[in-house]
Amino acid sequence: MSGQMNILTAGPAMSLQDGGRAGYFASGLTPGGAADTLALHEGAALLGQSPDNAAIEMVGMGGTFEASQDTIIALTGARMTAQIDGTPVVWNASHILAAGAKLAIGGAQAGTYGYLHVAGGFDVPENMGARGTHLKAGIGALLSAGESLPLGSGGNGRAGYRLPDADRLNGGTVRVVESAQTREFSDETIRRFGETAFRRDTRGNRQGVRMDQDGEGFFANDGLSIVSEVIVTGDIQVTGDGAPYVLMCESQTTGGYPRIATVIPCDLPRVAQAPAGAPLQFEFISLEEAIALEAKARAALKALPGLVEPLVRDPSDIADLLSYQLVSGAVSALADPFDT
Amino acid sequence: MTDYPIIRTVGLTGILVTFAGAMSEEANKASVAFRAAVDAQKWPEVSETAMSLVSVFLITDLVAHSAADIIQRLEALLATRDWLAAPLPEGRTLWHIPTVYGTDLAPQLEEAATAAGVDPDEAIRQISGTRVRVLTIGFAPGQPYLGELPENWNVPRQKDLTLNVPAGALVVAIRQLAIFTNPTPTGWRHIGQTAFRTFDQNGPAPFALTPGDEILFPQVSRTEMEKIRSAHPDGFGAADREAIG
Repeated sequence: MSGQMNILTAGPAMSLQDGGRAGYFASGLTPGGAADTLALHEGAALLGQSPDNAAIEMVGMGGTFEASQDTIIALTGARMTAQIDGTPVVWNASHILAAGAKLAIGGAQAGTYGYLHVAGGFDVPENMGARGTHLKAGIGALLSAGESLPLGSGGNGRAGYRLPDADRLNGGTVRVVESAQTREFSDETIRRFGETAFRRDTRGNRQGVRMDQDGEGFFANDGLSIVSEVIVTGDIQVTGDGAPYVLMCESQTTGGYPRIATVIPCDLPRVAQAPAGAPLQFEFISLEEAIALEAKARAALKALPGLVEPLVRDPSDIADLLSYQLVSGAVSALADPFDT
Repeated sequence: MTDYPIIRTVGLTGILVTFAGAMSEEANKASVAFRAAVDAQKWPEVSETAMSLVSVFLITDLVAHSAADIIQRLEALLATRDWLAAPLPEGRTLWHIPTVYGTDLAPQLEEAATAAGVDPDEAIRQISGTRVRVLTIGFAPGQPYLGELPENWNVPRQKDLTLNVPAGALVVAIRQLAIFTNPTPTGWRHIGQTAFRTFDQNGPAPFALTPGDEILFPQVSRTEMEKIRSAHPDGFGAADREAIG
């Protein structure tokens, strides 16, 4: 019998997520999947496996977990407090979770969506071609305490490896292209949108994230009479009160509110991860620039395994140890580092 | 004044061909026909097609494929005929979905009839006698928007939402009908109740309807509906279907 991951306690919004299920757009179903797709790839790189494996997505707050067998895990996305049997463990890294040991994942310290990956993935049956939970569509459901998820076999991940810390967890500049309805807004409104310092509103979930700001709203020239049109993930929809919403992976597929711009895919994790109050600004770029940036981001995803490094460098792994100057780099704990 | 059809890119996700600036029967039919024509091309760059009320959407990875190249092919395909006059494609389905009108199962029939300027019996006669077409699918998985009803049904949505209209509800507004996929708050008026499930994630074909399909909503009694519910757990609510060209 294969092992399982037991959920002892669960945060309010934990779900199994993967790359989502494409192919049903015409039937009104957006792909869904992990809100931070980059975190999914990072977990896969740490564990040396395919990013198609599902992981547990934890919104704002983790849970307590126990595996029935020794299991290699990885933690990515929003930086959360994490302990194994009371000992803190590093985020954005892989660890061994010994059989019966308790993994306690707490609140997010930076970012919103944290991920718990296991070597071999979670072996739950696919539904409509994927394992990800689509809450809006009612495919799957939130995870709760008392559930057990079967662990996949064949995982060959290694514990004790890390990736560089994520730099997308506290908002920042997000690149956008014009949407099909950008020109429904005046040039002045579009210019003001690009110059506005937004804050991520407290209202946000897997369907969309509201943007808050101090100035007047953003209104299309003929905002209320626009014919209902397709929505893609990343579209920035402006509702009746003039507030922009970035539509996320579980948005509806069509809508009658105008879209002022579309966030490029590689910048969506930054929107997803921005915690409430984090600053966000939107920068219009050309379609050509967007394609170049996205191509670069995809190449970076492929290169992630090359960035994985040991958490602690073992001296025996350093072939030319003797050529290192091990002493002269030492600094005094009392010296002022800025006093040169 | 914009000259339709217009072709636009949508994010890095695809290309949109729009036949009109507002809902019209011709533009909707043109979208059904043009989508079928695009599907028939089997362009390897296009992973999915979909349609909204008056547009056809091609999902294609604009990072991997040239938008200009696909747009050129779309322009050539558009030029092959007058799509606003195109007949609906073959291979569509006509559904007969048993419906209880009014009663406590659908409490807003009378109110909707008043808004449409007819009495409830006439309202039932008009709605059950109109063969409506799936104009588009959206909002919720598999949820159809159907039309168009006679002009007197151009009734606005209610200002105040009805808090919880159940799945399978037949609702009306702006000359359109919808069958709700999930229980939902809505400004549309609840005039009928079906046992039809538009989305069954465990079924062999999770989505029942596709744009261009047509539907009739024959009236059944409340007692018959109870029987249908117990005898047809498959989710189609005793709906019959036949192929139409």
